[in-house]
Amino acid sequence: MNGRIAGWSFAAPALIVIGGFFLLPVAVAFALSFTDFDLYALASLDNLRFVGLRNYLELLKAPLFWQALGNTLYFVVLGVPLSIGLSLGAALLLNSPLARAQAFFRTALFAPVVTTLVAVAIVWRYLFHTRYGWVNQGLAALGIDPIDWLGDPHWSMPTIILLAVWKNFGYNMVILLAALQAIPRELYESARIDGAGTWQELVHVTLPSLGPVLSLVSILTMAGYFQLFAEPYVMTEGGPLRSTFSVLYFMFEQGFKWWNLGVASAIAFLLFALVLAASEALLRFARSRGMA
Amino acid sequence: MSRLAGWLRALAIAGALLATACADRGDKPVELRFWLMGREAEVVSQLLPEFERRNPGIRVAIQQLPWTAAHEKLLTAFAGDALPDLCQLGNTWVPELAELGALEPLDSRVASSREIRRDDYFAGIWDTNRIDGVLRGIPWYVDTRLIYYRQDILAQAGFDHAPRSWDEWAREMRAVKAHVGPARYAILFPLNEFEPLLALSLQGDNTLLADGGRTADFHDPAFTRALAFYVDAFRNRWAPEMSNTQVSNVWTEFGRGFFSFYVSGPWNIAEFRKRLPPERQRDWMTAPLPGPHGPGASNAGGSSLVVIAGSRHKDAAWKLIEYLSQPAVQERFHALTGDLPPRRSTWALKSLVADPYASAFRDQLERVRPTPAVPEWERIANEMQLVAEQVVRGAIPIGEAPAELDRRVDAMLEKRRWMLDRKRP
Repeated sequence: MNGRIAGWSFAAPALIVIGGFFLLPVAVAFALSFTDFDLYALASLDNLRFVGLRNYLELLKAPLFWQALGNTLYFVVLGVPLSIGLSLGAALLLNSPLARAQAFFRTALFAPVVTTLVAVAIVWRYLFHTRYGWVNQGLAALGIDPIDWLGDPHWSMPTIILLAVWKNFGYNMVILLAALQAIPRELYESARIDGAGTWQELVHVTLPSLGPVLSLVSILTMAGYFQLFAEPYVMTEGGPLRSTFSVLYFMFEQGFKWWNLGVASAIAFLLFALVLAASEALLRFARSRGMA
Repeated sequence: MSRLAGWLRALAIAGALLATACADRGDKPVELRFWLMGREAEVVSQLLPEFERRNPGIRVAIQQLPWTAAHEKLLTAFAGDALPDLCQLGNTWVPELAELGALEPLDSRVASSREIRRDDYFAGIWDTNRIDGVLRGIPWYVDTRLIYYRQDILAQAGFDHAPRSWDEWAREMRAVKAHVGPARYAILFPLNEFEPLLALSLQGDNTLLADGGRTADFHDPAFTRALAFYVDAFRNRWAPEMSNTQVSNVWTEFGRGFFSFYVSGPWNIAEFRKRLPPERQRDWMTAPLPGPHGPGASNAGGSSLVVIAGSRHKDAAWKLIEYLSQPAVQERFHALTGDLPPRRSTWALKSLVADPYASAFRDQLERVRPTPAVPEWERIANEMQLVAEQVVRGAIPIGEAPAELDRRVDAMLEKRRWMLDRKRP
């Protein structure tokens, strides 16, 4: 009995904080998503209407929501594998016994992660400038016509993906590098004695050993990439033609620009459900392969 | 338990004492909390010592908000009951805060004021502060859009004056485009800015919203005509399909002649003076916005000064507004910021008369029109621009745009209609 009280009182400070700053706001937001809370309701609660599932139904009918969802999925489906592939590639290179100046490259490749996005965006906007950008000048040297990277609705999302991948891959790279260094050398030695080549070592030793870390990194990256917002916000403002407009951007616009908190909450919960479902699917896939 | 009650009682008494003490101390200077945005906040402190000298009982505490965060800060402050005593407010936000009940009505104060005379203000700009017939703010500076143009390029293309009508403007843009060739353009209409199209669509007796802001009115011929003119500029390749983020630096590009016409506001006078090289300074000029058949109207933007309804120092706040509205103070303010004064008597002062770039604005201010005074306006204007961008980029046929826009805006106004209908008996 005494032990139980002691236990709860040790847990209480944390529970109160979690309850007050997480559970309660989430519950309120959930309740808000069934109302039309907006600017008028802020003025007087008499102007608040309970609308049931209308926010959700309207969202599912709105072309803009589907467009935002499509853009977000485009970003996730292309961005996550690219990002993890690049992280893995960089980690393998850095871990290779042939690598020189390892510490320098590790820092250099990690630098984008800790650089302020807004500063990065200014540089990237110039790099990808249609007329003055180095990217187009490089392409011109190869005889390729200039591409309107940020102004053409077909190219804007690939440019954003490039930016996000470049900005973020260093983080996963460091985690994967640590995991690589933890793989016992004996495994490689015995593989070599059995006559395995470099490729076979990679496929049969390195990747299986990395399995749990890879699946963790994938799930975290995917959940992060679903919350695409800052990159289009600073690079394109969601344009051109809403081609870089994401679900979270939609929520920001509804909630903080137009103060439609009811609709914004509904978007937040739809996104939450989506991320939950996608993470669950990925986790099951990883388990079925024995990776987690 | 009884000890807690005793503590609470003591606390309540102490609180009451403190409150009476605060109310009674008439000799203690009143501290006015004044919120401003952007550059204005930086320079207004230079105007305040004089005010504090004339009003020894009042101290002014300034807080600067960045423009990009100001809107949400104001609403958050309203929700948290933390608004200041007076505030600079973009005049399209006045309806919103008036709707919230956050703004003090000013009609009776103006009626008895010797300083602020209604007929001295440009009518269009004054009217942006009247919400449902009640005055909620005093115009502080004006922001309207007109054209900046390159005199030298226009002369090379064969024209010696700025356009005065849309036909003439189109002829000049055609000639400029033919002169500068495929890599450069005649005009820049940034696709992420609603202001140029908005200014073009104010050229009739249309109001963009109908029935007291209950329904959209974008099928009005004045709007469809403006949209056609706007879209034509892109179809003819007089304007590049670009947003501001792609241009990167509009001032440099204007200096390089990437475009020769630019629809923008008064702050760019100072920017072009500062950023264009000396040898370019004689090449640019401002001109009033052309209308379909002659001098056109433009939007009545800018900032107002408002007194917050919950303030305990409304009289002192009003004194500060009167002080900042004096022509001599406005002249200094103009010299510090380049912001355009809203009073005719300030414009009659020497430094403003002598400014060649400002005179087009003086002319334009006689023809400014307010945009609909509804809280949803900013969102509606944004939607208008999104549809215009879709038309320009070929995602929506121009013929369908007005109906599409009406549909989207009507949906945004649903709540407003419900509220207004409920107020009616």
